[in-house]
Amino acid sequence: MTKLLSIRLVAILAGLGFALVALYSFVVGAFAFLTEETAPHLPYEEPRDFAFSFDGPAGKWDVQQLQRGLKVYDEVCSACHSLKYVAFRNLSQIGYDEGQVKAYAASKQVPGIDPNTGEATTRPGLPTDYFPSPYPNAVAAAAANNNAIPPDLSLITKARGDGTNYVASLLAGYQEPSAELLAEHPEAAPSPGLYHNPYFPNLNLAMAPPLTSTGQVTYDDGTEATIEQMSIDVAAFLTWTAEPTLVQRKQTGWPVLIFLLFATVLAYLSKNQIWAAVKPKKK
Amino acid sequence: MSFPWAKEYTPANGFTKFLDEKLPLPRLVYNAVGAGYPVPRNLSYFWNFGVLAGFFLVLQIVTGIILAMHYAANAQVAFATTEHIMRNVNWGWLMRYAHANGASFFFIVVYLHIFRGFYYSSYKAPREMIWLLGVTIFLLMMATAFMGYVLPWGQMSFWGAKVITGLFGAIPLVGEPIQIWLLGGYAPDNAALNRFFSLHFLLPFVTAGCVILHIWALHIPGSSNPTGVEIKSESDTLPFHPYYTVKDGFGLGVALILFMTMVFFLPNALGHPDNYIEANPLSTPAHIVPEWYFWPFYAILRAFTVDFLFIPAKLLGVIAMFGSILLWFILPWLDRSPVRSGHYRPLFRKFFWFGLIPAMIVLFICGGAPAEEPYVMLSQLATAYYFLHFLVILPIVGQIEKPEPLPYSITEAVLGSDKKAVLGENASPAV
Repeated sequence: MTKLLSIRLVAILAGLGFALVALYSFVVGAFAFLTEETAPHLPYEEPRDFAFSFDGPAGKWDVQQLQRGLKVYDEVCSACHSLKYVAFRNLSQIGYDEGQVKAYAASKQVPGIDPNTGEATTRPGLPTDYFPSPYPNAVAAAAANNNAIPPDLSLITKARGDGTNYVASLLAGYQEPSAELLAEHPEAAPSPGLYHNPYFPNLNLAMAPPLTSTGQVTYDDGTEATIEQMSIDVAAFLTWTAEPTLVQRKQTGWPVLIFLLFATVLAYLSKNQIWAAVKPKKK
Repeated sequence: MSFPWAKEYTPANGFTKFLDEKLPLPRLVYNAVGAGYPVPRNLSYFWNFGVLAGFFLVLQIVTGIILAMHYAANAQVAFATTEHIMRNVNWGWLMRYAHANGASFFFIVVYLHIFRGFYYSSYKAPREMIWLLGVTIFLLMMATAFMGYVLPWGQMSFWGAKVITGLFGAIPLVGEPIQIWLLGGYAPDNAALNRFFSLHFLLPFVTAGCVILHIWALHIPGSSNPTGVEIKSESDTLPFHPYYTVKDGFGLGVALILFMTMVFFLPNALGHPDNYIEANPLSTPAHIVPEWYFWPFYAILRAFTVDFLFIPAKLLGVIAMFGSILLWFILPWLDRSPVRSGHYRPLFRKFFWFGLIPAMIVLFICGGAPAEEPYVMLSQLATAYYFLHFLVILPIVGQIEKPEPLPYSITEAVLGSDKKAVLGENASPAV
């Protein structure tokens, strides 16, 4: 009994000790909070809410849009950004037939080895090849871009919060900083080599506006290629590259949930039936 | 153990007779989760979560073994093999999303299981050993989950590993050598990734072993129940099968509906976007946060911001974080109230609902938030309450509280004092 008492005594003392030290931190922190100025956050904007065909539990790809997005990536983004987890063969999933995939792959030069000399060289791509990187290595990428390495875009929409909307908002969102912003936060003015964008968390990024004029890309389906349209289309394409199984996943989910709902209702009714005999009767 | 009225297993045919003589496995199952295990008749749905935790452990082992067939624990390719699983392996995306969200659901059901234990003081005699094994299982789960999160080798994997192993660096004198020894280097790299993979594969089987001991220890005194009154007679119990197998079946259905909704429609909602960026030792994420199930303890770690006497703040935080879970081990000897169930403990109940639960919610929110005010101050207040609750309030409340009157028996709690009430097929003469 005395032993148990001493366990509780030690516990109470330890508990008071932990609480005391935590409250000491609290008092010091509260004093600092009341007396010191904290640096205010730069006000960046949350991504705009674009409605995409693949949003929601019943979402589907808009194949035309994905093909337009591929064209924007191909003609604009691919100058600096790689897409290393996507293979040419994957393009058969967004409405291209075997011949088109082969032709597209062959139009790209991928790293290869000269079969006669063993020297590093390039060769036309095959459907099994992956999208080639615009730079031979990270050092070259940094050297060509003022030390800011352009990230691989395969997973970009999953690697940012609300990624699809973020990419579209960012690409269509380049603008001059407003006068009010600069009056309140003079540090928000872009330094040389940086560009203002309200959707980028520290407001200035190293990527020059990539989409600058309507018609920069000529769409095959006749859609007018405004800056916003191109931004939305390439964001949709990059959602597909980030998760090619997205629509398959949602479509698999429905039968699974319907089955589970059915099975759970049956389980509930079975439970009621089995328990009916031993439940007290309501009076 | 068993209650004298527990049904006895009778082999039905020649084969089961043979088996029962040579290796009585069917008898074991019959007595563990079959008709041979009498269970209190008044268990609420809060008693479903043990079975659900067992289900999610098995799910994690099955999906994990399949993922391990396609994954390579090498810092050069780990991130790429994870993407290979997502893109090229047939149903690989389903296995990985089920494994990632399965970990979250495992923690959800285990937290509910633990807090059920807090409210009904399930840890009290004669069930101390069940509780000790349960806390051990929880610690094993935390270690396993932490190491599993490192394996995809994304940014949060890398920086999480760096922060958590850095905790050992806070130990005076030997801290830094220990940290280097744990990582196999000065920073997380191939050596760390390989050993984390090896241990991530091992620990679930250690956990499964502890689960077997946990269930074994449970079958000595039998399950507790919402009144906290021990079983007195046969009319207090029902056989586990079919009554609780069917009830657990329904509970499992509900859990699976929620789980599959997450897996198929919101698979990344519980994860962090930064973990889809490959690990980069040269680029620190803006906010390093662990997975959501560690947030309350991460908040306790970060609540200690000021050195106290000669003790550095970091060491205080580490001691408090580990202490916040280790103190659960001594709960059975701290809470001396003779009454188990919170239903009959008015003062305890107030501290539980208006103290512990809000403190846990605050710690959870602060652990996931950036280390800024007001989150830091809130987490400091909640941390102080957390330790006061378990180490000071619980022992004292047990002494001064006047519990409400307990029902005479489980039967009386279910049926009222009317002895004529219908008891059904398992009825036995009133005691």
